[in-house]
Amino acid sequence: MNNLIFLPIVLPLIASVIAAFFPKKLNFSRKFSQITSVILTIMTAALTWHVLTNGTIVVQSGGWDAPFGISIVGDGLSMILVMTTYIIGTAAVFYAPSVLDKQQESFYFYAFYFLLISGVAGAFMTGDLFNLFVFFEVLLIASYGLIVLGNGKVQLRESMKYVMFNVFSSMLFVTAIAFIYAITGTVNFAQLAERVEYVGQEGILTTVAIILFFVFAVKAAVFPLYYWLPNSYVVPNAVVSALFGALLTKVGIYSILRVFTLIFVHDTGVTHQIFIWLAMFTMIFGVIGALSTNNVKLIITYNIIPAVGFMLMGIGLYTEDAIAGSVYYLMHDMVIKGALFFLIGALIVAAGTKDLRQMSGVIQKFPLLGWIFFVASLILAGVPPFSGFIGKILLLRGGLEQEEFLLVIVALISSLLILFSMMRIFIRGFWGDLMENISDDRKRVRNLTIPGVVLVSISIFLGVGAEAVYPHVESIANMLMDRTEYISSVLKE
Amino acid sequence: MEIIMTGLASILFGAGIYNLLQKQLLRIVVGTVLISHGAHLYFLTMAQLKRGAPPLVVDGVTEYADPLPQALVLTAIVIAFGVTSFLLVLAYRTYTLNKTDNMEELRGSDHE
Repeated sequence: MNNLIFLPIVLPLIASVIAAFFPKKLNFSRKFSQITSVILTIMTAALTWHVLTNGTIVVQSGGWDAPFGISIVGDGLSMILVMTTYIIGTAAVFYAPSVLDKQQESFYFYAFYFLLISGVAGAFMTGDLFNLFVFFEVLLIASYGLIVLGNGKVQLRESMKYVMFNVFSSMLFVTAIAFIYAITGTVNFAQLAERVEYVGQEGILTTVAIILFFVFAVKAAVFPLYYWLPNSYVVPNAVVSALFGALLTKVGIYSILRVFTLIFVHDTGVTHQIFIWLAMFTMIFGVIGALSTNNVKLIITYNIIPAVGFMLMGIGLYTEDAIAGSVYYLMHDMVIKGALFFLIGALIVAAGTKDLRQMSGVIQKFPLLGWIFFVASLILAGVPPFSGFIGKILLLRGGLEQEEFLLVIVALISSLLILFSMMRIFIRGFWGDLMENISDDRKRVRNLTIPGVVLVSISIFLGVGAEAVYPHVESIANMLMDRTEYISSVLKE
Repeated sequence: MEIIMTGLASILFGAGIYNLLQKQLLRIVVGTVLISHGAHLYFLTMAQLKRGAPPLVVDGVTEYADPLPQALVLTAIVIAFGVTSFLLVLAYRTYTLNKTDNMEELRGSDHE
């Protein structure tokens, strides 16, 4: 039973290889990808349920015990995020045929898609710092392949910057691992946690921790390192943007969450205090960006950034409530960002333009799209009883307990501004007189709306069904704060 | 020995970052290559350049070289190699489509 924990990483890798053999047979690769994704999602859900009820599963690869072999750790946090990844991936694979043109689709879209899923799942589940770097590279290489899909002039220009920025931060990651290996002599998370505690987190270790944070902050788009994100996420196709927006930045946040709740927790006065300030600026600048543009896709892209701020806020506060809030928000944000990018892709197809000033009255012709977009905006802004509200209330309660009043005020104002930026799309784009050159392809727009509807209903369940979800999130937060359970389950002491 | 190697790595880092800040695309790619060499060299140095026996279990040998950083660096080198070749192709495509390899001219906020 334990070895099954490898499947969410290995099976998409195999599927990626199979899909790479048949790029031109579109009918086959579509059916193959859809069926495989659904099966994998069901399987991961079963695994996740098993982990949530029976406790953490740890597998040491190659039969070498923990500090020597690479551990794959399926604890509650990892499994919940892997499951969310698979749900979004499945929705994306059903969305892709209607939004990609045939040429883009036949240029190995499905192969890169499975590779991306495999990398993300691996990054969530690995228990080893160097292995985390390897899975980061797997998902980044897949993302390089996806971001250049389409071969547009502006697209390549922005991809170049995205790739260079990520190559630089990866090399910094290697350097940071070198520092850590030199000081502690291990790269295993659990053993690192033990040894850092043993030697006490002195100045040099805190410095290394900040370098590591810099690397993750580049991937997660934290202020002031987010400026690569808006332009490079807005240029690719809608389905690629949805995968990036929902998954990639969240891997960065997950890494920060894991490293700074497990390993570097002995000098919170420095590290976690920095997070609180950065979270505040991330929220403010992200929201200003969202208000500054009339490109509907760019508005959604900018809205990724304040969400990162919210999750970082929970990690910075470092109380059980706040961590639970971050975990809840992480799940919620993956689902809703995926949904919003899907719906914006549908809106752009329906209206035939990305410019908000040229859109109006789309809801008259496409009522389902309009109302689902409205609900999704409310969820994003955190209006009760939806899932954004649950995450935010936990975070704000944590903030008030720690008496970080400025942070709480900034968080509340930025939520209000997020709602305003979303309502701007709804009022200008969906209301008003029916625009002239609106699309007549009802079938295509319907196909594009349905994956969004599915994700929005999952998000509504996360909010309305919080009674069922919250106990698990609470126990995950408990485990993150306690640390000993993770360490002892990996090192078997 | 470690000091010399660290110095060498830092020179590679410095030269790499200088190239990274240039305007020409090819120079930037060369910059990332130099930085990755610096990082790999630094990784090996940080794990101590031991003058022991190869890491094989043989009777009577007590001083072993540490095999872990070598394995890790090998992985990192392969990854850096693959990414660099991709980066070169991407730089070439960007140049042919945009008709310029100057980063100053590759700016702009127009999104198709």
